[in-house]
Amino acid sequence: MVAALVLVLARNPVHSALALMACFVQISAIFVLLEAPLLAVIQIFVYVGAIMVLFLFVIMMLDVRKATLERFLPHSNLPAFALLALLGVEMLVLVLSSDRFSLPAPEAGARTGGEIRELSTTLFSDYLLPFEVVSVILLVALVGAIVLARKEPD
Amino acid sequence: MVPLWWYIALGVVLFVIGAAGVLLRRNILIVLMSLELLLNSVNINFIAFAHYYDDFRGRIFAIFVIAITAAEVAVALGILVALVRNKATLKVDEVTIMKG
Repeated sequence: MVAALVLVLARNPVHSALALMACFVQISAIFVLLEAPLLAVIQIFVYVGAIMVLFLFVIMMLDVRKATLERFLPHSNLPAFALLALLGVEMLVLVLSSDRFSLPAPEAGARTGGEIRELSTTLFSDYLLPFEVVSVILLVALVGAIVLARKEPD
Repeated sequence: MVPLWWYIALGVVLFVIGAAGVLLRRNILIVLMSLELLLNSVNINFIAFAHYYDDFRGRIFAIFVIAITAAEVAVALGILVALVRNKATLKVDEVTIMKG
């Protein structure tokens, strides 16, 4: 949470990228705490491994030193602040006032072995079409990123 | 053990911080990083509910969210590189090419 605050508040984009990486590592620790080790590993690989390298590479490619002068929107950010505070307070009040969210944790270690197998069986049988759609979307995004970042042929 | 609303509150706080980054910052790179933070808070919610209700579908949706996030970041950074090549700015206010 502190790392997330540093992300939003830091003036230099490299600092906020490092804060974002720390935040991803902590979120992956939370996934381990929620007994989802596969998701934690995927989180580390995809976010810390791929996305952060992509961000740092783009920061390195673009010269960010002259673009980091202004921190916040200089004028008329009061409505945005009010809207954000209202949103946060509303969500917290809704979560804390409802008793559906206070159910206790399930038995620890009730389902240990074969968890990943069960998950992948569900993924490749019930969710096969979304899986294929996601792979096509990833392919299209790859080709699109290459086309967008290419230099224009003269 | 930690009750469920603790994770939900963490997701709420991360979501609000990310939304503040999207709405208030002027740097396009930091806006994109705040979008990552938003998607991660949603992922925390998915996996928390999947754990507490003992259901796989939350984890599967979290995997899909991660994949779509990777695609989105690739396309967004490609657009950003092309934009900086044309305009040489990183501030959101100065990108007004599509203004009618």
